[in-house]
Amino acid sequence: MALSKQEVLKVGTLSRIRLTEAEVEKFGTQLSAILGYVDKLRELDTRNVEPLAHALPIHNVLRPDEPRPSLTPEEALGGAPEAAGDFFRVPRVLDEGTSA
Amino acid sequence: MATTDLTACEIRDAVRRREMSAAEATEASLAAIAALDPKIKAFLAIDADGARRRAADIDRRIAAGENVGLLAGVPVAVKDVLCTANGLPTTCGSKILQNWKAPYNAHVIERLLAEGAVIVGKTNMDEFAMGSSTENSAYFTTRNPWDLERVPGGSSGGSAAAVAARMVPLALGSDTGGSIRQPAALCNVVGLKPTYGRVSRYGLVAFASSLDQIGPFARTVRDAALLLQATAGEDPRDSTCVLNKDQPVPDYLDKLDEPVAPLRIGVPREFFGAGLDPEVEKAVRAALAAYEKQGATLVEIGLPHSTEYAIATYYIVATSEASSNLARYDGVHYGYRSSDHTDMIDMYMRSRAQGFGDEVKRRIMLGTYALSAGYYDAYYKNALRVRRLIRSDFEQAFEKVDCIMGPTTPTPAFRMGEKTADPLSMYLSDVYTVSANLAAIAGVSVPCGFTAAGLPVGLQILSGVFTEDRLLRIARMYEREVDWASRVPPTVAEVRP
Repeated sequence: MALSKQEVLKVGTLSRIRLTEAEVEKFGTQLSAILGYVDKLRELDTRNVEPLAHALPIHNVLRPDEPRPSLTPEEALGGAPEAAGDFFRVPRVLDEGTSA
Repeated sequence: MATTDLTACEIRDAVRRREMSAAEATEASLAAIAALDPKIKAFLAIDADGARRRAADIDRRIAAGENVGLLAGVPVAVKDVLCTANGLPTTCGSKILQNWKAPYNAHVIERLLAEGAVIVGKTNMDEFAMGSSTENSAYFTTRNPWDLERVPGGSSGGSAAAVAARMVPLALGSDTGGSIRQPAALCNVVGLKPTYGRVSRYGLVAFASSLDQIGPFARTVRDAALLLQATAGEDPRDSTCVLNKDQPVPDYLDKLDEPVAPLRIGVPREFFGAGLDPEVEKAVRAALAAYEKQGATLVEIGLPHSTEYAIATYYIVATSEASSNLARYDGVHYGYRSSDHTDMIDMYMRSRAQGFGDEVKRRIMLGTYALSAGYYDAYYKNALRVRRLIRSDFEQAFEKVDCIMGPTTPTPAFRMGEKTADPLSMYLSDVYTVSANLAAIAGVSVPCGFTAAGLPVGLQILSGVFTEDRLLRIARMYEREVDWASRVPPTVAEVRP
């Protein structure tokens, strides 16, 4: 199945990856080829097969909710591109004067 | 014989008996890295000072009569997808994590330190473990020690090359669709993917959480068993890691030399079909004959969903999980942030566009597409249905046979650049390995010979969940009959006196 330019741009936006014109072209062709290969799976009759998300049984593992040492604020913020006090700093999300 | 020719078990025993110091073993490893790594480029970062301090500490503790553990004084390299709080960056081979320093150690790193290992550096890899050649590393491509014009395989190519070139006797890698077994095969070393849940993933930077597993590289089966012994077992910080009370960690070394008899070997016809290099097939058939000579029975079996269908399933399941896991690289909490942006969303989109390489972008987009409204059922859910068929193939096979054998890879190491233009052709180099991850079973690649051009070939052995002890014994049965591990790569032989 071939992806249209609009579909590639939409996937880029959903993925939060800005794409150049050349990338839309290149990834469109490559993703279409991969999806074409994946379409092999349609040859199989899977109507009565239950989906399997994990190959082994997965159980909840619980522990008592007790305070334990963890990262300090300095350690937690240590890798941040920008921090201010005890906070991660991000670009302005709301415009000046916007009321919540 | 050089110190770097010693196995991890030999180094450990010599260090414990004080016939060799941890410092000597560490200096030999650092000297080999200094001599060889400029050509092979297996390491993203080398921690010479940290390794020397650590070795001195181990020597002091041994002098004081302490038991310093299973890996006393053994130099180990770790794939750069494992968090290390040793001051070295943890980059995952990505620009988006350039210079990022993990604030904690992965569980397996804690285990290495608790068992007396000396961590000498972090190894190169395809970005976020996505690739089969290390060509997707944002930094450089690692060279195959057997032919510097060829790739070492991937994604754990740096770890495989470091062990093959005798820079270290042991290394850790991670395997999501073959990323330990495939480079092991291409580099003439042993590479083991344990059962999902055998080794804690705490501190392993996530690619595809239902498939990722950490495992050892070594030159011998015994050394691989030793590193598995040191790292396996429960960890409350990874809730998918199996509890010791449910699956006790056996002694992998104790009975390693006892052959498994009777032994029924499943030989899947799908693993010997179109696309298999004749020289690879010849070497693998010869290995099977060596088992027959020891009394094993070969049983032809079918794994109808476990080659091309498995690749298709894998590239939906793995990319879907990756698209979610890699959402964390947002330019806020850690890693790269684009300096030029208009608002929050624009900052995300530019940071990720500039920080990720092409293969990572392709896989995030593919997974996002497969999970998006209107396509979820057709792609993701259907892939999960086929995943069940793949697991059933193995369950049925293991009712009849004790293990399954075939080639690890369809071809020997390929040339750099040969597959980079066509992502699908690169994906197909994992055609025999991905199904084990989808089924969660254990698998190992063992050296089984060379092509006429001197390129290594790997024999893949697969066995059921939590049967690593038997799997290693089966691998050892072949290894003791052959001598592939003692061959020294030409690049290594060149720098020797």
